[in-house]
Amino acid sequence: MNTKVKIAGVEFKNPVMTASGTFGSGMEYSDFVDLNRLGAVVTKGVANVPWPGNPVPRVAETYGGMLNAIGLQNPGIDVFMERDLPFLAQYDTKIIVNVCGKSVEDYLEVVERLGDTKVHMLEINVSCPNVKEGAIAFGQKAESLYDITSKIKAKARQPVIMKLSPNVTDIGEMAKAAEAAGADAISLINTITGMKIDIHKRAFVLANKTGGLSGPAIKPVAVRMVYQASHAVKIPVIGMGGIASAEDAIEFLLAGASAVAVGAMNFVNPYATVEVAEGIEVYMKKYGIEDISELIGGVKE
Amino acid sequence: MSGKRKVKARVRSQRMIAPDIYEMWLSTDLAKEAGAGQFVGIYPEDKSHLLPRPISICEVDEEKSALRIVYRIAGAGTAEFAAWQPGQEAEILGVLGNGFPVDKGKGKKVALMGGGIGIPPMLQLAKKLKAAGGEAAIVLGYRDSQLFLKEDLAKYGTVYIATEDGSAGVKGNVLNVMEEEQIKADVIMACGPMPMLRAIKSYAAERKMEAYISLEERMACGVGACLGCVCKTTHKDAHSHVNNARICTDGPVFDAREVDI
Repeated sequence: MNTKVKIAGVEFKNPVMTASGTFGSGMEYSDFVDLNRLGAVVTKGVANVPWPGNPVPRVAETYGGMLNAIGLQNPGIDVFMERDLPFLAQYDTKIIVNVCGKSVEDYLEVVERLGDTKVHMLEINVSCPNVKEGAIAFGQKAESLYDITSKIKAKARQPVIMKLSPNVTDIGEMAKAAEAAGADAISLINTITGMKIDIHKRAFVLANKTGGLSGPAIKPVAVRMVYQASHAVKIPVIGMGGIASAEDAIEFLLAGASAVAVGAMNFVNPYATVEVAEGIEVYMKKYGIEDISELIGGVKE
Repeated sequence: MSGKRKVKARVRSQRMIAPDIYEMWLSTDLAKEAGAGQFVGIYPEDKSHLLPRPISICEVDEEKSALRIVYRIAGAGTAEFAAWQPGQEAEILGVLGNGFPVDKGKGKKVALMGGGIGIPPMLQLAKKLKAAGGEAAIVLGYRDSQLFLKEDLAKYGTVYIATEDGSAGVKGNVLNVMEEEQIKADVIMACGPMPMLRAIKSYAAERKMEAYISLEERMACGVGACLGCVCKTTHKDAHSHVNNARICTDGPVFDAREVDI
């Protein structure tokens, strides 16, 4: 039975990854799961300099999901390279670094700094809804997405994944823009912009007012968008959005994802990533599937 | 087995000890590792409520391998917990957070201050301090004369009471009691609402006292990954490099001088 998948020439032992921002740089969850069992660890967004993020409250639970407005707090590329990268490099898993920035130059600086490292792929965050500058500003119009993708591709030494926002009218158009600019893969969905109001205090629950919705509540939207995006482009798609179980992950594979990422559900079940990887094997055995590639895009039309 | 983990615990008992305030004993092997001021994340069974609720550890029974938690019904999650009956299985994440530095109270006079639902963690702390040879003045701030946990705490030190409505003890807050009763202490250890902790921070600073305060914030992961529950710190901390400590992991107990609240 083969569970290996290949994306832009990088081979993953299985299609299960962590969604950026939900797994730190792996250290916190290494108490719970053996990182060697994962296809890849996708890190929390890293910028060229430390970012303080947003004021608290930054998180709020909602029905079947949660809102977050962390605001991409991160210690910056220097600390990341000194502390987080050596930690991850101890494990037999692929390392995908999520890159964020306020300007194109910020992104390029991080991309260049990572050029000579053991990092296997870069995931470019152009879809965080919680910061005022950068991030989503590059990811909501096809032209700006095309522009930043081509600039990053010109400098990047590793294959580039563009992480797309669901807060757009036509996801297929965005996927095509990333592909046309040379992206090696796309990942989706980032969180859906939401809001929660405390009716007793008549106040916003999040200090940022709006936040990104994640968790099982968004899964059907994510499956639909992964299906549409994977049919719009030829480059591989990494699917995410509310994955809690192997069944959920298989839905994404059938919709067209070549790999999947577990996000908010790490908070609910810290063992979720490994359980998803194991559950996929159980499913493959049950249905006599020899190679996981048979599942990718395997939904009957 | 040790280290943070998600386990299945079992409810041993459940009772209401004041309006909206419940006491629950949980059987779990996490009890062996639990310290004063640490907390556990308790998961509602209703899966529309996904996140673990951070609840402080009130008391540890090492012999029975059980944890006592005392919590207030604050929403749908805690309302569900209050309906759990003995025998019910509960999923919990723990043991989380750093806990109070009991060592700092060894052989010293310690003022333990608890306000409202910040009172429960004072019990295990008072127990441990007494065992370590500390002398505790236990100052408790309540809304009214529903003086939950007062009798339990009295076993481990002298208890002083403040109530917001003046129906018991001193009318006012824990610091009013400190003044009125002329309580002298070397160290303060406290848990309670933010205005109380802010007041304690400046009270301690004016008197050049050490103070350890336990903070609270909305949390998601509880293990330091999501960066949801941060507080401003006076020094650049080793983890974030942006003066943001994680309450769930670097705290919840901080040296009052080190947090900007």
